[in-house]
Amino acid sequence: MTFDFHELSIRDLSRNFGRRRALSHVSLDCNAGEIVGLLGPNGAGKSTLLAIVSTLAAPSSGNVFYGRQTATQIGAMLRSKIGVLSHDLHLYSDLTARENLIFFGRLYGVPDAESRASAALDRSLLAERGGDLVSGFSRGMRQRLALERALLHEPRLLLLDEPFTGLDDASTVSLIERLKELRSAGCIILLATHDLDTAEEVLDKAIVLRDGRFVGSEADVRGLRKRYQDRLRAAAATT
Amino acid sequence: MTAFWRVVWIVVRKDLAIEARSRELLNTTVFFALSCVIIFAVSFVREKPLGDAAAGILWVAIAFAGTLALGRTFERERYADTLRALLLAPSERPAIYVGKLIGILSLLAATEIVLVPLVALLFQAGLFSHPLLMGALLIFGTIGFASVGTLFAAMLARARSRDVLLPILLYPVTIPVMIAGVKGTSALLDATPQLQMAGMWILLLVCFDVVFLTLSLWTFDPLMTE
Amino acid sequence: MRKAFVPLLGAAGFIFLTAPIIIARAPFESTMGLVQKIFYFHMPPAMLMLLSAIFCGLVSGAYLVTRRPVLDWTAYAAAELTVLYGSIALVTGPLWARKAWGVWWQWDARLTMSLLMWMIFVAYLLLRRYGGNGSETLAAGLALFGMATSPFVYLSVNLWRTVHPLTSVVPTLPVDFAFPLWYAFTGFLLMYLALMTLRVTLERQRAALDQLFLESDE
Repeated sequence: MTFDFHELSIRDLSRNFGRRRALSHVSLDCNAGEIVGLLGPNGAGKSTLLAIVSTLAAPSSGNVFYGRQTATQIGAMLRSKIGVLSHDLHLYSDLTARENLIFFGRLYGVPDAESRASAALDRSLLAERGGDLVSGFSRGMRQRLALERALLHEPRLLLLDEPFTGLDDASTVSLIERLKELRSAGCIILLATHDLDTAEEVLDKAIVLRDGRFVGSEADVRGLRKRYQDRLRAAAATT
Repeated sequence: MTAFWRVVWIVVRKDLAIEARSRELLNTTVFFALSCVIIFAVSFVREKPLGDAAAGILWVAIAFAGTLALGRTFERERYADTLRALLLAPSERPAIYVGKLIGILSLLAATEIVLVPLVALLFQAGLFSHPLLMGALLIFGTIGFASVGTLFAAMLARARSRDVLLPILLYPVTIPVMIAGVKGTSALLDATPQLQMAGMWILLLVCFDVVFLTLSLWTFDPLMTE
Repeated sequence: MRKAFVPLLGAAGFIFLTAPIIIARAPFESTMGLVQKIFYFHMPPAMLMLLSAIFCGLVSGAYLVTRRPVLDWTAYAAAELTVLYGSIALVTGPLWARKAWGVWWQWDARLTMSLLMWMIFVAYLLLRRYGGNGSETLAAGLALFGMATSPFVYLSVNLWRTVHPLTSVVPTLPVDFAFPLWYAFTGFLLMYLALMTLRVTLERQRAALDQLFLESDE
């Protein structure tokens, strides 16, 4: 029995470490076929939010609903539908690119890990480097490989933390195209980023976080950079 | 159930593949154990070798080498935060624990294969006179130490001061393993070997292993959730 | 719970003030004389330390399952009290043993287990202090494992001692000693409960303060 869902509902999510607020009463709805942005300065809580949604961390209060159920109700099966591209990339530097993909493919129970790994290497233009250790890769190459790793098991929910960091223009364009393809295929994509110019091209909507708090949402992402900077200036002026 | 063991096997294979390439952990752990024993040999051997010293030294060397191996194994999983990647897999999380445990046990087994003959030689101790009992002591003792050690090392992987906290937490909790290991080995090395006594120590170790493996499997998921 | 503090402290205080009289009136033990009376300050803390360690382990287990903060505060308080009472026992014990039997320490089952428990809970406090974020959960794991290992420590030292038995053994008490002992025990127990309520209240107020701090920022 496989599990699937088409909406992600984040309800009043908070996470505190003693006096340090990481997240405060954040709510957000995402549907299949949407790319949603998490915007905000460093320390705004974007990574914490992604950690909770990916089931690595538990909230202090609030809930995340995958469809109608929470993570504890669904169980370990939920993670077969979630793909994560984290800031740390999650790649073994002592394994080759191909070995990394095959390992994670097998770990996620993907039926034909070897052939999917080859396809992934082709798509990320790393086919000639497939047999090289990841320790020799540049940041951009690792990023591309990590994205493929996150997508090997065809997740329903894709969580990306700063995916455009370290990518050159060609890779950025290719990533944007890829995200748009995934969107058409019905993926729910939650993307935390600083790169507002690029984000404008790919986001459907966005929310802005600061100090763990929700400070605004953007239903229309055009002119994002200017409005975002205005908003941050306004928030800084009131504190 | 088979899904559980499939994941265990995948994790073990991955660790073996990495280790086979560089052999870094194997070489450094074994060499560290050797250095320990040499230091002890210099400190404790007189004209006649101290009778009981071999038992204690063997197990202390295993404990120290084990702590080092545990620390290094999980340090590796910190580099690109791959420990979190493992926790994100759709398997039951205890499968990750078992996979890591088997890796540590393999590493310690290789270390002990070098260590036991060396200690026997330097301290002129008859460690090979009862190979089955000695082997059982080593196997169940190492499992006891490693089962608690793997859990503690994993849970400390993201904590501050983790390098010094691991031994501080691990040694008191695994004292029964040390006592059983040392006293069991002494029983075998005695002038009149106390085989039945050694058997009782092995039984104690088996009970310890069962209790602590179970406890570790139960608590792994809650302890690894942030 | 905080309301219980003053009565508990009062009762404990009364007992400690009157205890010297009762202890002085207790009969002298034949071989040891006056020194034996340190026993009344040694055994209650020693027993309470072990009980406290078990309590901490159980509460920590409950915390891992339910994640209710009050369980975490209680576990922290119990760990601190384990170390405190353990320190009292580990100081008074050797003082008595030296005078009574000529040795400062002995590796018998009970002493070794007590020492290990004390060390494990000192490690608990170090972990909470220096472990960084999330150390409440890790410490709860340690307390649980610590509690689980204590019977094994006892059994292993016992087994060791069947081969190499010790010469001195703590004597059983004749009836005359029982009343002062239980009087002192009650005093220490009430003090334990008083300190526990104080400590848990402190943590509760700390958490409330953190909550206010967070809310004021809203």
